[in-house]
Amino acid sequence: MAHGPAKGIGRWLFTTNHKDIGTLYLWFSFAMFLLGGFFAMVIRAELFEPGMQIIKPEFFNQMTTMHGLVMVFGAIMPAFVGLANWMIPMMIGAPDMALPRMNNLSFWILPFAFTLLASTLFMEGGAPNFGWTFYAPLSTTYAPDTVNYFIFAMHIMGASSIMGSINIIATILNMRAPGMTLMKMPMFVWTWLITAFLLIAVMPVLAGAVTMMLMDINFGTSFFNAAGGGDPVLFQHVFWFFGHPEVYIIILPAFGVISHIIPTFSRKPLFGYSSMVYATASIAFLSFIVWAHHMFLVGMPIGGELYFMYATMLIAVPTAAKVFNWISTMFRGSLTFETPMLFAIAFVILFTIGGLTGVMVAIAPADVQYHDSYFVVAHFHYVMVAGAVFSGTAAVYYWLPKWCGNMYNESMAKVQFWVSFIGFNVTFFPQHFLGLAGMPRRYADYALQFSDWNMVSSIGAFTYGASQLLFLYIVIQAIKSGKPVRDPKVWEGAEGLEWTLPTPVPYHTFSTPPEVK
Amino acid sequence: MSRRATMLFALVLAPVMSLALSGKVLAEEAQRWAVNMPRGVTPVSNAIYDIHMIVFWICVVIGVVVFGVMFYSMYAHRKSRGAVAANFHENTTAEVVWTVIPALILIVMAIPATSTLLDVYDTSEAEIDIKVTGYQWKWQYEYLGEDVAYVSELATPESEIYNTAPKGQYYLQEVSEPLVLPVKTKVRFLITAKDVIHSWWVPDFGVKRDAIPGYVNETWAYVNEPGVYRGECAELCGKGHPFMPIVVNVLEKEAYNSWLAEKKTEVAAIRELTKKTFTKDELMAQGEEAYNRSCSGCHMVNGEGIPGVFPSMIGSTVTTGDTINKHLDVVVNGVAGSAMQAFGGQLSEVDLAAIITYERNAWGNDTGDVVQPIDVLKFKQGQ
Amino acid sequence: MSTESNYYVPEQSRLPIMAATGLGFIAYGAGSWVQGGNAMFFLAGALILAFTLYTWFSLVIKENMAGMNSDQLKRSYVWGMGWFIFSEVMFFAVFFGSLYYVRNLALPWLGNETNTLLWDGFEAAWPLMTTPDMVANGEAAQFVGPAENMSFPGWGKLFSWLPLWNTIILMSSSVTVHIAHTAIKNNNRGKFNLWLGITVALGAIFLVLQVVEYMHAYQHMGLTLETGIYGTTFFMLTGFHGAHVTMGTIMLLIQFLRGLKGHFNAEDQFGFEAASWYWHFVDVVWVGLFIFVYILA
Ligand code: HEA
Ligand code: HEA
Ligand code: HEC
Ligand code: CUA
Ligand SMILES: [Cu+2]
Repeated sequence: MAHGPAKGIGRWLFTTNHKDIGTLYLWFSFAMFLLGGFFAMVIRAELFEPGMQIIKPEFFNQMTTMHGLVMVFGAIMPAFVGLANWMIPMMIGAPDMALPRMNNLSFWILPFAFTLLASTLFMEGGAPNFGWTFYAPLSTTYAPDTVNYFIFAMHIMGASSIMGSINIIATILNMRAPGMTLMKMPMFVWTWLITAFLLIAVMPVLAGAVTMMLMDINFGTSFFNAAGGGDPVLFQHVFWFFGHPEVYIIILPAFGVISHIIPTFSRKPLFGYSSMVYATASIAFLSFIVWAHHMFLVGMPIGGELYFMYATMLIAVPTAAKVFNWISTMFRGSLTFETPMLFAIAFVILFTIGGLTGVMVAIAPADVQYHDSYFVVAHFHYVMVAGAVFSGTAAVYYWLPKWCGNMYNESMAKVQFWVSFIGFNVTFFPQHFLGLAGMPRRYADYALQFSDWNMVSSIGAFTYGASQLLFLYIVIQAIKSGKPVRDPKVWEGAEGLEWTLPTPVPYHTFSTPPEVK
Repeated sequence: MSRRATMLFALVLAPVMSLALSGKVLAEEAQRWAVNMPRGVTPVSNAIYDIHMIVFWICVVIGVVVFGVMFYSMYAHRKSRGAVAANFHENTTAEVVWTVIPALILIVMAIPATSTLLDVYDTSEAEIDIKVTGYQWKWQYEYLGEDVAYVSELATPESEIYNTAPKGQYYLQEVSEPLVLPVKTKVRFLITAKDVIHSWWVPDFGVKRDAIPGYVNETWAYVNEPGVYRGECAELCGKGHPFMPIVVNVLEKEAYNSWLAEKKTEVAAIRELTKKTFTKDELMAQGEEAYNRSCSGCHMVNGEGIPGVFPSMIGSTVTTGDTINKHLDVVVNGVAGSAMQAFGGQLSEVDLAAIITYERNAWGNDTGDVVQPIDVLKFKQGQ
Repeated sequence: MSTESNYYVPEQSRLPIMAATGLGFIAYGAGSWVQGGNAMFFLAGALILAFTLYTWFSLVIKENMAGMNSDQLKRSYVWGMGWFIFSEVMFFAVFFGSLYYVRNLALPWLGNETNTLLWDGFEAAWPLMTTPDMVANGEAAQFVGPAENMSFPGWGKLFSWLPLWNTIILMSSSVTVHIAHTAIKNNNRGKFNLWLGITVALGAIFLVLQVVEYMHAYQHMGLTLETGIYGTTFFMLTGFHGAHVTMGTIMLLIQFLRGLKGHFNAEDQFGFEAASWYWHFVDVVWVGLFIFVYILA
């Protein structure tokens, strides 16, 4: 086992090494991020001015749908699975993931799933055009035939997620080094343990939802058809029972990453470790019982409405604990502002803004005005882009020197940060205004009073997009010709098992488990 | 920040700033750069606005406090200023405090939210009932008990959408025939849909409710001021989703009553026309107009449809086949389980006859068939 | 927590990517098949997957027999199977949840006061024999309710009521598989083979009876997938359960064949144990079905 990686393409196709598989996941997710980002650019270009300029309305809907699907399932989720693959074994002192061959399978399903999904763009009838939430009956009776490919792509993608999560749970529960008790585990490991649990609980629900669609479309069942005694709203319940935990699947690992970066650059241990763990667990628990806050306007009885409003608001409490813990970690630390820290701070600020608008949309009567408007679009991009994507970017800057033994170019990275930060806010802050002024989402074209903010938003989006290309450049440049680092710790304030390993990390690590005191 | 960074910064900001500063002077300038929700003209919309502002300001305060502490430590506890890290990492009191305080804040928000929600749901004692039905992509309004029903669809021409004509002031917010309501009257809306889910949204009323096929949802409005109010469909419903606006014309009560009376005579007059025999040219002309209004959304103006989604009307067995009844059946009853809706209840017999005649003779279909309104009526009655 | 110092990390393997390829073919193939294309891609994918899984499991078994698996790795397999079953639980939960929703919430709404605007004369009842479609469209209805349903036919017909027999069969198979388990724990091979064999046979009988039931439903009761929400929920719940029984039976059959070849002993019988967990799970689901689909109908 002392040998290094195999040569050639076979290394990547047949690998059982958690670092290789992590790398595959990360590159795949970045490719998907560019693809999903490209779709977003098409959306923003069309919305630059009122009127239909570059695409047709039916294609616009495909863009919106594919953008959402590719970003959520193709970019963000695999990105964090990639980080988990790289870091969890190193953080808990394990030689590899628990089930290495299944690990490879989990990854290689994804390229098949997303090729299939993306290929529908070129088929007759076009790609899915019913939104990433694919509400029935638009996605069943009224969908193009290609919906069947979408359904099966979701099926195998879900299988990949379930296997990946089983692997992560088995690794964490079974492979920790001696002395690494649960309450000594690094936060990233904790957040992933809980995320993996969420994934195993809700991916089958998504599978159930698409299976019902499949049956309604092709086999004459009437789950979502009132004529046969079904209910279109049933679809929404099933979807959001998956969909709401899904958004925490997206954000919890991000919380984990931030809980490493802030202590490192504050040179001070994480404040309130155990309350962080309990807060994460409470968020996960609450995420199962709030799903219908996405459905305040479907005509639920008022009792249900009130219950879902109260339960949703409750989530602010554990999340607040996390935010306050991060800030207390910074308080009276010794702060430096390397790029990972900049992204982490931006994360805290922007995520909090997104969280606060989350509480606003959770107020059921006010959601009458917010729902399905750009206000919601602004809300979720604050938590997903400034949350998940910013923390992913921070993670890459933070761990890249460890992975490849080369430092990225700090001043270029700072530029990238500021362009991202400004571009992001210019894109999405005005969308709050648009939503409040009455612009519905998923609109290929809009009335004249929305022109100006849309133009601002589009300009911001192009800026933000450019900064992502710069990010790609910085990463490649660092890998190819960055300044070598050999200090195992890389960052002065870094703590944890992964930083005891040599830099760059050898192909196989912890063949004998370290002792944790 | 490095010099390079500063330059890039300026480059990015420049267009944004100049755009913001150059702000063209227009009458509706204030509306164009609008940043907040309209207060609206119903008690419910006012209540929603109030709770929105309460929650908003609470959030602002939270933000200021939280970010304030954070910016303070970013400033005061920088390493470059010689800060040395403390080593505390726990404080139970603090943690209890910042669990309890947010919980209290949430309770403060929940109380007015609950009472407003009760308001939104109170559809009792309405004076007028209007059934609102969403179709791809138009709304049908039915004054229950009055025998008045009509379809209201986008009036903006394609040429404005595809930029070959200048856009009018109410671009995408104008309809063939608005919904008409009396002022200061409690109106109950019974909202449903025929095909996919739509959502009926008029921001100024604080009314938005999903239109679910097969189910009826209720909501209500009591409008305080006469005027024209504009809204949109708020649930993704296919390619015409941005093109099914809502316009509501709120009239003084007398004006409303005379409008209703007029509407009833109009309905009777249209029924009268059914008995008339039209020439082929008349039918073709009216058919083209009606086709472009009601059918071209899917089957396209040139009749070619969209391959794989909406069938072509050219040379199809239905539009050129021998049995006109099949054609009538498809158009009047729709095709169950597809986007092809039943137009029998939406269009007048005259329009239906005209459209069918048009389809059978346009785009080189040239069957020579002529369908009269009375044929349509007989077909309907024969069912 | 780890105690071993030599965790077995397998060499590079071609199996996973073959399995992924198989799945890719299946997804594409199934997509084109259901919309009227041919089944070639689907079948090719299924073959690739079946072959890969066969090779894969053989390999795992071989590795285990060769003593390459540390206790720790064995625990990983245990966790793996446990969480897999949990994911299956959630999958069934969706369909049970949907049944609850349509029965207790959606149907009453469909039949309420305001909905008479759309479905005048519709009455909410379960099992739903008359669909809203039939009320509104009469002859032209697309969703025609079933002529009969699967509810308890009354005490008089108790013994010709298949679901009851199926319950008895499946419940006893849970017992037999448990007996087999205790047997192998006592290193009693003969007894193990016998009782496991009986379990497999019971599984097969269950499946046969279910086929009989379905045929009866389609041919004599007018109850099909297309007969509105009752047929929909009935066939989807029992159908997925049946599919899982099939899976479980195959899994047990494989363990049975392994048992004949002399695999397993008192210390290590995880392959069998995993299959038996799955079997118990399938059994519990059936109890849920029996109660909510058949009895409380
Ligand atoms: C990463 C993803 C993510 C995260 C973390 C969140 C977090 C939250 N979301 Fe969000 N949400 C989405 C992704 C996410 N959301 C997406 C994708 C959609 C749209 C889906 C679609 O329709 O396409 C959506 C939509 C959405 C809706 C539906 C809106 C609508 O369609 O009408 C609602 C309604 O309740 C909601 C609420 C919340 C709440 C209460 C939180 C909370 O978890 C936020 C908690 C955080 C804070 C509150 C900030 C920190 C706290 C403090 C500083 C303490 C003090 C604060 C108070 C006391 C208030 N979200
Ligand atoms: C984590 C998920 C995620 C992420 C990262 C993003 C990122 C972005 N989103 Fe996303 N968005 C969603 C999730 C996400 N979004 C979801 C779930 C929806 C709802 C969908 C629905 O309604 O169904 C949505 C909807 C949505 C809308 C509303 C569409 C509508 O309602 O019609 C808009 C509009 O502005 C938008 C914009 C953007 C922009 C500008 C980015 C930018 O941050 C993207 C920046 C990245 C890049 C630009 C990549 C760089 C690449 C290039 C510059 C080109 C490269 C070219 C080639 C490779 C050829 N998004
Ligand atoms: C919302 C979209 C939509 C609108 C609007 C629409 N149709 Fe259709 N139409 C369809 C679809 C989808 C089909 C295919 C139905 C099927 O067979 O599955 C169709 C089928 C048809 C057919 C049968 C074509 C064939 O060859 O099978 C005719 C004729 C037709 N439509 C006429 C009309 C007329 C006339 C109008 C306007 C009064 C109209 N349609 C409006 C979507 C629409
Ligand atoms: Cu109708 Cu959107
Ligand atoms: Cu949610």
